[in-house]
Amino acid sequence: MIDTGTTAWMITATALVLLMTPGLAFFYGGMTRAKSVLNMMMMSFVSIITVTIAWVLYGHSLAFGVAGNETVNKFVGGLDNIGLKGLFNTAYTGLIVDKAGDASTIADNFPNLVFSAFELTFAIITVALISGAIADRAKFGAWVVFSIVWATVVYFPVAHWVWGGGWLFSLGIEDFAGGTVVHINAGAAGLALALVLGKRTGWRKDPMRPHNLTLVLLGAGLLWFGWFGFNAGSELAVDQTTGLAFMNTQVATAAAAGAWILVEKLRDSHSTTLGVASGAVAGLVAITPAAGFVDPWVAVLLGAVAGAICAYAVGLKYKLGYDDSLDVVGVHLVGGVIGAVSLGFIAAYPFLPQQSKGLFYGGDLKQLGLQLLGPAVVGGYSFIASWIIGKIIDKTMGFRLTQEDEVTGIDITTHAETGYDLGTIHSSGVASLNGPAVPAEAKKVDA
Amino acid sequence: MKLITAVIKPFKLDDVKAALEQFGIKGMTVSEASGYGRQRGHTEVYRGAEYQVDLVPKVRVEVLAEEDDAEDVIDVIVKAAQTGKIGDGKVWSVPVDTVVRVRTGERGPEAL
Repeated sequence: MIDTGTTAWMITATALVLLMTPGLAFFYGGMTRAKSVLNMMMMSFVSIITVTIAWVLYGHSLAFGVAGNETVNKFVGGLDNIGLKGLFNTAYTGLIVDKAGDASTIADNFPNLVFSAFELTFAIITVALISGAIADRAKFGAWVVFSIVWATVVYFPVAHWVWGGGWLFSLGIEDFAGGTVVHINAGAAGLALALVLGKRTGWRKDPMRPHNLTLVLLGAGLLWFGWFGFNAGSELAVDQTTGLAFMNTQVATAAAAGAWILVEKLRDSHSTTLGVASGAVAGLVAITPAAGFVDPWVAVLLGAVAGAICAYAVGLKYKLGYDDSLDVVGVHLVGGVIGAVSLGFIAAYPFLPQQSKGLFYGGDLKQLGLQLLGPAVVGGYSFIASWIIGKIIDKTMGFRLTQEDEVTGIDITTHAETGYDLGTIHSSGVASLNGPAVPAEAKKVDA
Repeated sequence: MKLITAVIKPFKLDDVKAALEQFGIKGMTVSEASGYGRQRGHTEVYRGAEYQVDLVPKVRVEVLAEEDDAEDVIDVIVKAAQTGKIGDGKVWSVPVDTVVRVRTGERGPEAL
């Protein structure tokens, strides 16, 4: 039966998670230079388009469908749900929560199409997250192609492994809302693409400061807001765990933002807005896999640890010499690993007594081993597959913008737009030299 | 006639403007400028990465004055813009051949 309250919440949560991608566009867009803000935001927005279409056509089926052959089903879902076939007029049957115990209380309670839309928004933001690693310098068409191929070859199968009944799911790896599937996955892919595309022209020589930190804060705020849907929605039901995930999302994030700016104060002598925004996101990432599984006071500690570690991890790229422009690795890969591995220690499952707890709660080493295995396998697969996809695109259609277009600015050279029109001389002057500023179409109508 | 150009700290603009008006200067051109002198730039830190920013925001004030007033005008600006700290700026003057008021076509000191 359809439960109206659960359905209302899941629809709300879906909309919240979708909003995270435009939020990410602001978060990333503000961090680039002014000449590439639009391209940065566009990479997020176009991911909404490409992944949505792929999801409807075959994505849902590959991620959450069931393959007839048992061995195949370990790695990828079947083709039964192509075009969302079989999802009409059926209810979500609690695939993820099933194994946690009493399926009868949570099964059959909201439309399968709502479940599909909810999971789609996760696929979208995972792809969009990768774009932060390749700011300013990726051919737009190449990114469009990459987003489709990566979702198909990496995201859909990995979601199946961990959430859709695949082999990691069967082993018992825990990932509440996507620390492994979303953040480690995207972080490893970002690292691969940063290596395939190479450094931005002038990296470490020219100043590449964030051009608009108010946008970054707006984006961080939207991400924080949307993440309540991401985490609390991932219970895929409305119960005590939903409430726990909701609260943990708040406390871990606040703790992480606080820890990040404390590190800054002690290390750089200034607490910064970029730090508070980055710390919040690091906390959100770290609590994602653990949201429904840990006690709130432990979530505070998890957030604080993640915020402090990520505040240092973002400096790695300078030591190792790769241009992960907006720190997809330092925040999402590192934060995701912290959250995923931490479950081996701090998982308490206050509302799931039959689950094996973390080491600190008297659990055994097996769960810790699994929590190490998940990030290693998913991170490794994503890195290798992304590197290969990136290389193939680079060899065939070219992934890197020409140096001239990059230095001039990708917004104007690729999209024929500029993000800001602040000067009065340049804006009105050019128009008046070329005649009245009337769109070409309108002029024809006049004539 | 002389063109006096002052590059000063932005927060001193109001003081300089008031002092010049009191002296009797009737107009000026003010623009935003960037640059550095002995104080060099400053350091900004983004996600722990230090950026040395060489150019510091400044305000450029340009004033036209009659030959005899020029030194006094410079003194007025220096007095108003001074904080005694590094980065206070510079003032200089150059000779001007011609000045024309566009509205009336008046030339020379009449145009000031």
